[in-house]
Amino acid sequence: MNWMPAVVFLCVCVAIALVRVGIGPTVPDRAVGLDTVNTIVVTSMVLLGAAFNEALYIDVAIVYALLSFVTTLFIARYIEKGKF
Amino acid sequence: MPNTITYVLIGIGLFFNLMAGVGLLRFPDVYTRLHAGTKCTTFGSIFLIGAVVLQAVAAWISGGWGSPDSMLALRGVIALAAVLLTNPAGAHAIARAAHRSGVKPARAIVDDLEEAEVHD
Repeated sequence: MNWMPAVVFLCVCVAIALVRVGIGPTVPDRAVGLDTVNTIVVTSMVLLGAAFNEALYIDVAIVYALLSFVTTLFIARYIEKGKF
Repeated sequence: MPNTITYVLIGIGLFFNLMAGVGLLRFPDVYTRLHAGTKCTTFGSIFLIGAVVLQAVAAWISGGWGSPDSMLALRGVIALAAVLLTNPAGAHAIARAAHRSGVKPARAIVDDLEEAEVHD
């Protein structure tokens, strides 16, 4: 199996989502773009784990998914209340 | 046979991830962008991680009970569960925070949620 073209394609998707992070008119727009980037990075880490046949990369993906969830919740709380 | 199914799954997953990026650029306001950016990536992640798990399970079956591909399959399932549990909750939190901070939907006429919060 050749996984690397799929990973390169996901990098293109991350670049497209980063454009929204850059130009987003409001703060929730940037948060949405960051959430999308996080999900695509988790998926590409799983694909890299399959490409290099390393189960350790998928462990990194699991921890990254949970930490990005906590980050998203904190950003949402900051948008809502203006403080932490 | 598993290789063909894996390539089809990868194609579907990459298509939906690309649609997430395009929708994120093209849609008019936060709430519609949230639809594109969250649901499309979740659906695409199901297919992409499913392709990894399918390939690892096929190698596990052909490689015997104690083969190292079992770790790849089981951890892929755990990563998929983490994505599926955390992604909708994060999207809901962002949408609620955006609405409470005063971001209006584009070209909206009726906002039932705002009226419900006023009468609350």
